[in-house]
This record gives sequence, C-alpha cells and structure tokens, in this order.
Amino acid sequence: MSSNSLILRREFFSRAGAATGLALLPSWTRAAEKLAATAPIPAATKRILADAALNAATKRGATYVDVRIGRYLNQSISTREMQVQSVAGTESYGAGIRVLADGAWGFMALDQLSVDAMARAAFEAVAIAKANARLQTEPVILAPQKGLGEVSWKTPLRQNAFAVPLAAKVDYLLAANRAALEAGANFISTSLFQINEQKYFASTDGSYIDQDIHRLWPTFTVTATDPKTGRFQTRDSLSSPSGRGYEYLTSGAAGVRLGPTTRYFDTYNMIEDAAAAARQAREKLSAKPVVAGQYDLVLDPTHLGLTIHESVGHATELDRVLGYEANYAGTSFATLDKWRAKNFQYGSPLVNFTADRTAPGTLGAVGYDDEGVPAKRWPLITDGILVDYQKTRDQAHICGQQAGDGCSYASSWSEVQFQRMPNVSLAPGKTPLTPLELIKQVERGIYIVGRGSFSIDQQRYNFQFGGQLFYEIKNGEIVGMLRDVSYQSNTQEFWNSCVAICDERDFGHFGSFFDGKGQPSQVSAVSHGSSTTRFNKVNVLNTARKI
Amino acid sequence: MSLLTEAEARNILQKVLALSKADECSVGLSGARRGNVRFARNAVSTSGGSDTLSLGITASFGPKSGFATINEFDDASLARAVRSAEELARLSPDDPEHIEVAGPQKYLEPVSFFQSTASLTQQDRVNATAASLKICRDQKLTAAGYLADGATFSSIANSRGLFGYQRSTQVDFTVTARTEDGRGSGYGIADFDDFKQLDTAAITQVAARKSVLSQGARAIEPGKYTVILEPAAAATLIGNMRFAMNARSTDEGRTFLSKAGGGTRVGEKLMDERVHIYTDPMNAQLPGAKWSAGGTAQKRHDLIEGGVVRNVLYSRYWARKQGLSEDKVPLGGGGGGGGGGRGGEGGGGLIMDGTNTSLEDLIKGVKRGVLVTNLWYIRAVDPQTLLYTGLTRDGTFYVENGEIKYPVKNFRFNESPVIMLNNLEALGRQTRVNNNLIPSMVIRDFTFSSLSDAV
Repeated sequence: MSSNSLILRREFFSRAGAATGLALLPSWTRAAEKLAATAPIPAATKRILADAALNAATKRGATYVDVRIGRYLNQSISTREMQVQSVAGTESYGAGIRVLADGAWGFMALDQLSVDAMARAAFEAVAIAKANARLQTEPVILAPQKGLGEVSWKTPLRQNAFAVPLAAKVDYLLAANRAALEAGANFISTSLFQINEQKYFASTDGSYIDQDIHRLWPTFTVTATDPKTGRFQTRDSLSSPSGRGYEYLTSGAAGVRLGPTTRYFDTYNMIEDAAAAARQAREKLSAKPVVAGQYDLVLDPTHLGLTIHESVGHATELDRVLGYEANYAGTSFATLDKWRAKNFQYGSPLVNFTADRTAPGTLGAVGYDDEGVPAKRWPLITDGILVDYQKTRDQAHICGQQAGDGCSYASSWSEVQFQRMPNVSLAPGKTPLTPLELIKQVERGIYIVGRGSFSIDQQRYNFQFGGQLFYEIKNGEIVGMLRDVSYQSNTQEFWNSCVAICDERDFGHFGSFFDGKGQPSQVSAVSHGSSTTRFNKVNVLNTARKI
Repeated sequence: MSLLTEAEARNILQKVLALSKADECSVGLSGARRGNVRFARNAVSTSGGSDTLSLGITASFGPKSGFATINEFDDASLARAVRSAEELARLSPDDPEHIEVAGPQKYLEPVSFFQSTASLTQQDRVNATAASLKICRDQKLTAAGYLADGATFSSIANSRGLFGYQRSTQVDFTVTARTEDGRGSGYGIADFDDFKQLDTAAITQVAARKSVLSQGARAIEPGKYTVILEPAAAATLIGNMRFAMNARSTDEGRTFLSKAGGGTRVGEKLMDERVHIYTDPMNAQLPGAKWSAGGTAQKRHDLIEGGVVRNVLYSRYWARKQGLSEDKVPLGGGGGGGGGGRGGEGGGGLIMDGTNTSLEDLIKGVKRGVLVTNLWYIRAVDPQTLLYTGLTRDGTFYVENGEIKYPVKNFRFNESPVIMLNNLEALGRQTRVNNNLIPSMVIRDFTFSSLSDAV
C-alpha cells in the first residue's frame, strides 16, 4: 500500500510467480492485449489435470486434497509527465496442490502442467505432509464443505480492461499528466494496474469451481517543488482500487461527490483529480503547519478505509488471534476471551462492522474462496461489541462453528492458501447526516481525505496515520489547509470515541491492492466501505523535522 | 529440473538470439527450486515447495521495444516468443529514454552457491524446525517461525555479445518465542547462503531468553532516549534510506538530498564520520549479484563514507543524461532488470561497517537507555526529512549504568535515519540480517512518541 510507484510495481509483479524479475525489464508491450484475446483454458482440460492430482494424492494416503490451477494476467502501464515509462504484461500459469495427510498439511506447486507432472507433484505434497506430521501436536480439523459439482463465477464487469486498446489507456494516463502539469504540477507519475485471475479449484469434496476475477487500479502521485526553499509536497490520487472493469474510468459523474474537495466512489475521473491534485500539492507547500494537540477528526471514506483495515480488519483475523502470524504480521488484542465474554466494547454503540465477500465492485467479491467455500456476509462487531472473526475451514471448530467463512486466498498458484481478509466495512449511520452537516457540528477539528502514511503495532493497539489532504475546522467551518499532520491513537479508545457517522448517501468503498501477510509474504486485495465519520479528541502530531 | 547448468542456459539463450531479427535482442532465463516450513503454536502450520523456470525476451527496433515471456522451451515455442516480442516492438511508440543494450561485461565472481543448501530435503527442514521447537516446548514457550530456502539460477544474454550466468542459494530463518500467557515475546533472525552455517537452536535460544526476560514490561515515559539498536532493528531504516537515494529524483528536487536553491547535497557530511555504508558483491558474508540493471557488472560502491554522502543510485538512462559513465556510478533505482538472481535494485545487500565491540560491551557503555531488539511496521511519514514511524517489538529493555534493568513496554518512534546516524554514539559488531550486513549501534536522542500495549 505504498505510494511509491516503484514499490507498487514490484509488489504488483511479485504476484506473477515465475515471471518475477523478468517483468521489470524495460519494455513497451502489447502482450497483455494479446493475452486477453486468448481464450481461457477450457474447464474440461483443467479438470483432467486436477483429477490427476486428486487421485494421485488420495492413492498415497491423503484424506483431503485441493488443486488450484491458476492463470494470472497482470498488466501495468506507468507514465511520467508526457512519456510512457513502461508497459508490462505478464502471464503466470501453474498449479498448487494442497493435501492433508497424517493430520498435517503439505503443499507443492508446479508450472509445467501435464497429467504425469500433476501426479508427481501430488506425491511430493503428500510426502511433505507426512514429514511435517512428525512435528504435529494436534491433527488439522477441517470443517466440512459440501461438494458443489461444476460451478462458475465471473466478476460482473461491463468492459474487460485487458481488452481495451493500450493506446486508449496510455492516452488517458497522458491526458491526466497533461492536466496536472497545466495546473501547476512539477512532476506526475501515473499507473494503471490491471489484474485478471482465471482460477480453477477442484477438491476431493467434489467441487470443480471455475472463476474469472477482474480488478483495476488507476493511481498517481503529483509533486510540487519549491526550488527556493528546497521543499516539496505530493498529493496522491483519491481513486480506490476496484473489483470492476474499465467502466470504472468511463462511467461519467455517477460516483463523484462534491465538497471541500471532490471525492470519487464507484467511478473515477483521473484527469479531473490530477488537475485538482496539482493545485492542492502547491497549496500544501504554503499550508499552515499543524499545532500538535487534541482535535476532533472528521474522516472521509477515502481515508478511513485504511484505519479500518489496520485496526479492525487485521485485528479480527482468527489466525492472528490464535498466533499463526506471531512471527511476522503479529497477533491481535481481540483475543478469544474478549469474544467469549460477549461484552467487549470494541467501539461505541454506533459502531457496526460487517465482513463481506459479496458486494459488487469490491476487491473482496468472489463467488467462492480458495478452499471451495461460497462467498458470504456476516457481522464482526455489532453495536460496538466484538461478535465474530474471519475464519478458514481449519479454524472454524475453534469458534464452535461448522463451516469456513470464505476467507481462504492465495495470491498465486505457487503459494499456499491461508486466511485473508474479506471486505470489512463500517455500517453507515441510521440518522440522516451529510459530511457538511457533520463538519458544521465541530468546533475545533481536522477533516482528512485520502490515504497517507500508516503504521500499527503487532497486536493492533497503537496506530499512527497520515493522509493526503488536511483541512482545519474552526467553529463548524473549514478555514484552510494544514500540513505535517499525523494522528496517533489506540484502537479501542479510537473506536469508542466515534460519535457520529454519516448516512448511507455518503457510503463508499476504499480499497487496497497490496495487503501483505504470511511467510512467504503474499499480497491480497480488499475493500473497506464507510461513510464520513467523526472521532472526538484524537491526539495529533506535527511531523516536521529538520535535517 | 529448473536449475539449469551454465551450458544448458547458454544453449537456450543462444538459440533465442539466433532466432531474433530485431536490431537488438536481450534474453533473461531464470529458474528456482524453493522449499519452506512455517510453524506456529509449536507445530508446523504450512509447508511446501515450488519449482519454476521462465524466459523473458526484449526485442528492439531503434527506440521501439517489445517484451514477451514464456515457460515452454521447445524450438517452436521459443520461435513464437521471439516473433511475439518483435511484433510488439514494431507496434510500439518510440521510447525517448531508450538505451542500447550493454556490451560484453567482465563480471566479478562472488561465491553465492552452496550445495548444502541446494540439496536440502524436507526431512532436513523438519529436523531444523524440530530443533527450534524443542527449545520452546522445553521452556513452556510458544514458537512461531519460518524456515525458507531456495536454489536459483539467473542467466542473461544479448545481441551485443553479453552473457552472464549465476547460481545462488539462500536460507532464511526467523523465530518468535512467546510466553504462554502472552506477556513476553522474543525474536531471533538469521540468513545465510550456506545451510551449514544455520544453527536454528542457537537462534531460538536467543528468542527464548528474550521472551522470558521481557515478561512484565513496565511503562516508561515516551521521549528522547539513547537507544542500543540491534542489527535487526537498524537494518530496515538504513535500507529505506538507500532506497530514497535516487539520483534522478534528487536532481529533480524531491528527495532528502535535494538542496534549497537547486543542486544536491551529495558530497555533504550529513552523518557521524564513523558511518560507512556501501555495497560490495565480493563480500564473503554477503556475496552479491554479478550484474545489475541491463546486465551491467556490479562493483563495490560507497554510498556514505566518513559520514559524507558519496553516491546516489542511477538508472543507465539518467547516468548518461547527466554525462556520467555508467561504469563509475552505482546503478539501480530505475528501469530495473534484476540482478543475478539476488540483490537486484541498488546492487545487492547493503553493508555498514561496525567494530569488534560485542552487544554486551555496547550495553556496558550506556548510562541510561533502551535496548531495542527489532522494529516493526516502519513507514515513511515525510520524504523531505526521511522521517519514518514504526514500533519496537519482541524484546525492549531499559538499560541503566551499563546493565539491563527491566523490560519496558514497546514504543512508537518517529525518527529519520539521517538524524539517527548523525546522533551515533558507538558501533558494535556486524550481523547479516535480511541480506544486509549491519552492526549494532548506540544512538542518542532517538524519538519515542508514544507507548504501545502490544507484546
């Protein structure tokens, strides 16, 4: 989730499995256009390959087997100022075989797919599981999942981004660059990331699931410099990555929300936003430094999504709670005893969070997860109280439940699937309230828009967030822009300081393409919906330094 | 199967080059065989392997380039991939920053491949994991960790006669030991190219000891403290600084090295004179990649020497545009191209010189301070000053009069590595951490801005 475009490209192509490393060769290519034109591999072909692995592993003693045959297409276009920097397209095709044998998991991935190779890899996966079983203290307990037969699911999109001519996409990015430069930017880098996961899942439960999943993220960073002082300021795009096709960029003003600054949901206009960013980056150069202290914060959904992601999304992942991520991503303060008590006040009574893998247009929307469980929607926090977690099939029994939540995901066929975050969203307020009405109620506060710096501890207590745009609120009015703003808080304290949430008219989704977790680290894409929300008396820092 | 020999790789690359009709063609071929064991709650959680091989072709007609990848290696498939790259190149617009491919290079020969790692079996991984788990189980601690190894090769060739081949191995081990009540947590980390050097039990002992010692942490006031940063704690901040040392962005006035009134701060002393940070592919503890962007030979380069900024990282294009010889400047930070299977951007791992002083002796020299095992969730706050925020983790202790007195609650910090390395008090021994060689260090006035309840 970094704003650095090089990091973004690296993370993006780290999804590409075997093609990693080669993808960064400087290139201009229409490979992805051609890939999109290539018909997906027929389900019948994949079924033959999958059955070879299912049968081979079962024969060697596996009690459960799943096979994921994936064809992952990535395309990124990067430009700066009036030139194209790179267009890179990758295709990654291979299979991952996961087996349960002697009560332990084993996994093997391969990229040279044939019936024989699938069987050999399945044998190897069973051998790995049996070797691991030696260290097992308790066998894996897998929640049942009824076989679904042959089913399929596709992202409901109107225009496949891969099929849009590259020239049109490049022209669009360059038009945004031109708009920013004309509006006073010194530099602009734009990127368009496109993902198509063609995933086939088969398991010994009797499921054969074919899915075609599409995601898109247009983004930019505008820089304004002041050579006299040597100072510079940036303003990143206010877009959100989306589980949509290219229509996200071509559907007009449907998702535009006017206000102190224009915000975008459901649709995006990069050209307009780039011009606004150029003006705002320059305005930030002369903005007033914030005076550190306590402020009431009014947080826009383009900003609040990241705070939700870190302080609620990750904290309610059951694998963290149980300690499976203790060596890397961390554990969670939202422990089982707090859940069992049924009275842990995670937030104020206004606060309701839902986990969801079904909302159209979101990054988390799928038909089925990577262990064959149908997508669903369920509450995590109700009236401020912690009521549930996010679970995979091998964790459900810990909460006394009989099914996975549809939260299993692997970023590539070459990686083992594990528990990943669904969309976790804050329900809109029930009382009619708009952002402007909300701002009018604030005496001394800061209105924050867009994602900025973000950091949280390994148990999800202490966090610090920046943003893109900070507006000072005095006596119900926005009086100007502030700079050097970060806020620090504690998760429980913060959500209990939530005093007002705008209604459903303001509800919109923020998204992240690069949620990192696991060893080896895997990225996953997730959305977080919210309406503009007010938090009282939050500690704000001034982050300016001199070197 | 995927670890081709030099002759096998050369054979495929030459076949591809012979098929090319473009003005220029460059080809990269790489393969990897990897395995891992992940454990948590004192048992294996996930574990697996992968075996991959892939080829990438860049064809250019003048300033127009096309790129194609393939992972099938019969003659017909190779020919198809070459035609595909060429067809794409013809369709492409001119790239105003196009640079011709590099000519033949004379590469250094770092020893980066060890059979002990390449021939690891799952049983070896399980045995190494078992040694770690035993220590934690015996002390009633809960272990979570990760053991990952890989043997890779990378090969590159182009139509100007450049050819390179490098095999590498690496093994990484990390472990977090936690007390059963969750009140204590300790961390251990190591990475090597040679599996024989990895002692999972010894690393786990360190983590276990810290876990036990860190129970019952006291809260002390946030503020400016002298800190003793262990190598794992210092490595990320210093690595991030290197990443920000980009020549083009600096010249454009948008890094911490851009100067008021124009120009750059390269050549200025920004840090304590004992600070020496550099890259060296021939370092025996940290053998690097043979080549960087576009196949150009890797060399030793100083980044900070005597506290003075000596170099920033160039792309081949930007070096040429600035009238600099690409043989004389460190390459990285633009364009990319992948190193010889390791390192990559910026030329392999980062090395910071240390001293022979042990961590214990560093602690003895501190009157009042905080010992930091590791830092976590480090993110940029302000690129202007390279201010980062993050938190201490898995073993934070109060030190008084040269002794560890008691564990303290974790802190959030807001600090810049530039300020930090200017406030250097003392340096200790180097350790290899995440492919960097970094010493322990004592820093005065390190800024802790709040407390965290996390253990």
